[in-house]
Amino acid sequence: MATQQTRTLGRFAVAPSVISLFLWMIVPLAMTIYFSFLRYNLLDPNYACSLMHPDQLLDGANRCLAGFTNYTYFMTDPAFFKAMGNSLKLVAWVLAISVVFGTLLALLLDQAFYGQAVVRLLMIAPFLVMPTVSALVWKNMMLNPVSGMIAYLFKSVGLQPIDWFAHYPLAAVILMVSWQWVPFATLILLTSLQSLDGEQKEAAEMDGTPPLSYFWYIVLPHLIRPMTVVILIETIFLLNVFAEIYVSGTAGTAGNLPFLVYQYGLIANDIGGASAGGIIAVILANIVAFFLMRMIGKNLDA
Amino acid sequence: MGTISLKKVHKAFGATVIIPSADLDIKNGEFVVFVGPSGCGKSTLLRMIAGLEDLTSGQIFIDGKDVSDTPPSKRGLSMVFQSYALYPHMSVRNNIGFGLKMAGESKEMIDGKVAKAAATLNLTDYLDRKPGQLSGGQRQRVAIGRAIVRQPEGFLFDEPLSNLDAALRVNMRIFIMQLHQDLGTTMIYVTHDQVEAMTMADRIVVLNKGNIEQVGSPLELYNKPNSVFVAGFIGSPKMNFVENNTIGIRPEHIEISEKKGDWQGKVLLSEHLGSDTFLHVDAGARGRLTVRASGENTFAPGTNVWMTPDKSRMHYFDKDGRAIHK
Repeated sequence: MATQQTRTLGRFAVAPSVISLFLWMIVPLAMTIYFSFLRYNLLDPNYACSLMHPDQLLDGANRCLAGFTNYTYFMTDPAFFKAMGNSLKLVAWVLAISVVFGTLLALLLDQAFYGQAVVRLLMIAPFLVMPTVSALVWKNMMLNPVSGMIAYLFKSVGLQPIDWFAHYPLAAVILMVSWQWVPFATLILLTSLQSLDGEQKEAAEMDGTPPLSYFWYIVLPHLIRPMTVVILIETIFLLNVFAEIYVSGTAGTAGNLPFLVYQYGLIANDIGGASAGGIIAVILANIVAFFLMRMIGKNLDA
Repeated sequence: MGTISLKKVHKAFGATVIIPSADLDIKNGEFVVFVGPSGCGKSTLLRMIAGLEDLTSGQIFIDGKDVSDTPPSKRGLSMVFQSYALYPHMSVRNNIGFGLKMAGESKEMIDGKVAKAAATLNLTDYLDRKPGQLSGGQRQRVAIGRAIVRQPEGFLFDEPLSNLDAALRVNMRIFIMQLHQDLGTTMIYVTHDQVEAMTMADRIVVLNKGNIEQVGSPLELYNKPNSVFVAGFIGSPKMNFVENNTIGIRPEHIEISEKKGDWQGKVLLSEHLGSDTFLHVDAGARGRLTVRASGENTFAPGTNVWMTPDKSRMHYFDKDGRAIHK
């Protein structure tokens, strides 16, 4: 039991991290919201519309305040719907691939075989590769239509190599991102498989459970909770995929919401528009998180 | 029917021999208890009968049929595990009915059998709960329910009561004995608790370091132990050994008096149980002896006492620990 003193002491002890986290999150968010209501473009010769000159915000013509113009502009941009669609497709596909293949690989790695430790280590490796590096490797060594490994395999069986990034850019991005995230799912699901009670396996054996039924009735229910964790964590990161798209140069057709915000801010120099886009992305992410929690969050209750 | 025979059953993990060679015949409807200290191979033996563990060599027969290579589910045996091994995400109903479902029985059949088993086990009100919402005793009953619905030729119990508290353990012990009487099915029960073995068994199999030391009814083992090991293991408090372990005498077969007797000693401690008093006596060169006296006995520590062993109930052993029957 926590006494009054330890509780007070505890509050003091966590205060620095709470305060710094608060500043870290709230200050950028507040600034983004602030910018999103300004007509703030870096190419605009009237650079007064920024935080640097708050006194000039309200000049006679009132030309800095944008109201909701940035929001309506961003949300009526045809690129916005395309980017949102790409974002959702990317998340959905990578989630499906990583859960299915993660489960299968975890089942495989749970078996006893020679060299298990090394194989497990190799299995985890893609997760530790930086996204930019991974994208370069895939772009130049795997999916390249002339010198890539996949093209070589295609040619060796007499097929026409495919220029993935030109013809199937979203599929190529999904492939690269999945390659990174399947190991994460495998790792989580494997540890969960290893915690499956041995006597439960034996009870199922005594009950004469065939392998597929064993998977369906015993293993899968046991994996639901770690799968939920995988889905929730991966969703957060997959909504933010950027490097793969940037490096592979597929933004034109496979660009997602973060990339569109980047295009607004750092290519078009429209800070106001990019901020509005950022806020919209945050809201959409929260909606996705809300529905995810509604759908699968109950699995996390004890 | 449910006869189970072991013929030269041998088990080794690599160079480590767990069970050198075990022969045993279990009659139909018998309640057999495997008892021994931890690591004596009793659980391994049970798991080999269940089919969860392969035999290194030898054969196991159930109803005269060699089942040595038969998978566990085809042996007609049910097992109750130490940890209960219930499926945590299934309701009690589905836990009990799972084996039947896997055997491809119809839904109506399963429902009927589960309802009947639940009624026997007082689980009817809990059928829709998950194992996590049940107490230890209720989980234990679900595990038993899962075993009985399959109407097996024999039941295997692997230390089923070791996770329960003392009061519940006594209740479940009686419950399992009652179940055995009602069903009349062969049961093999593994425990390290000699009290459980003595109270429940038709026949006890005492195991020591993988060897079957002795097989017999509780009273046979109590009255005519084959070895120092069995003599020391069966009976509580433990048998006293004197003269370099060549003579054994049970605490209840020593008479104690303040005036005269064969052996002299000094009371060190007394444990008052109400019905009995266990006296721990320092008998000089004979070492420390335990004596069972009546509950009214009030020898204070330090009292000089005389003890007289009942000569007819003494057990004699050779230097290898084997019994010499005179």
